[in-house]
Amino acid sequence: MNGIADFFIIVFILLGAFLSLVAAYGVIRLPDVYTRNHAASKAATLGVMSVLLGSLIFFYVKDGYFNSRVLLGIVFIFMTSPVAGHLISRAAYNSGVKLWGQSVQDDLKSAPHMKKTASKDH
Amino acid sequence: MKTNDVILQTATKIVLFVIVLFSVYIFFAGHYTPGGGFVGGLLTAGAIILLLLAFDMKTVAKILPFNYMNMTALGLLIAIGTGAGALLFNKPFLTHAFTYAHVPVLGKLSLHTAAIFDLGVFLVVVGVTMTIIQTIGEDE
Repeated sequence: MNGIADFFIIVFILLGAFLSLVAAYGVIRLPDVYTRNHAASKAATLGVMSVLLGSLIFFYVKDGYFNSRVLLGIVFIFMTSPVAGHLISRAAYNSGVKLWGQSVQDDLKSAPHMKKTASKDH
Repeated sequence: MKTNDVILQTATKIVLFVIVLFSVYIFFAGHYTPGGGFVGGLLTAGAIILLLLAFDMKTVAKILPFNYMNMTALGLLIAIGTGAGALLFNKPFLTHAFTYAHVPVLGKLSLHTAAIFDLGVFLVVVGVTMTIIQTIGEDE
């Protein structure tokens, strides 16, 4: 195992762990469900992808074993995690969860298909 | 309320193939690495459940026209058949046999009758899981 590979493995894994920590702080400190979801679905996705990339390089360099399942996992998380965030946010909006008090813009409120459901629910 | 599910449905159409491919891989990898019929069956059932979440039950029944109870029965029949097949060769019940075959494209393959038994397990797990989910899901 050479030094350049070591460097990249360490950088990727520490960066991934740091981004996951940032995501956790974001979930704790941000004010409403949409901003929390934003932090969780973005930072955690990149954090997990970068940890997986680090482990992929580690096993490729150390054992010469290219684990295609990890590559598939990276692609899978990249595809599904934002969709999950979108669905959670939309479910929260459709069930009437309020935005943060200091929010200034809510474009979805004036959307034609939202108006109908809002008048039906409230 | 008519909701717009285009993001979920499009993501499902792509992700479904990844899950099914991975479940087939897990099923065949079961002999030498972690995996096997049970996990592979649950993964396949999970892929079908994702399809059920993104679309409705009638559409999924049109895409995959399986009777899952018959699938369970077929899986049990396969499992019993591989066990009873040993009796034909004057061996105890559930004795398995294997051989190495040289196939032109794929190379050296280890063909084992335990894989056919695992196929039975696979079918039973998919059938039972989908029967449970669909029975709970339909409220007509």
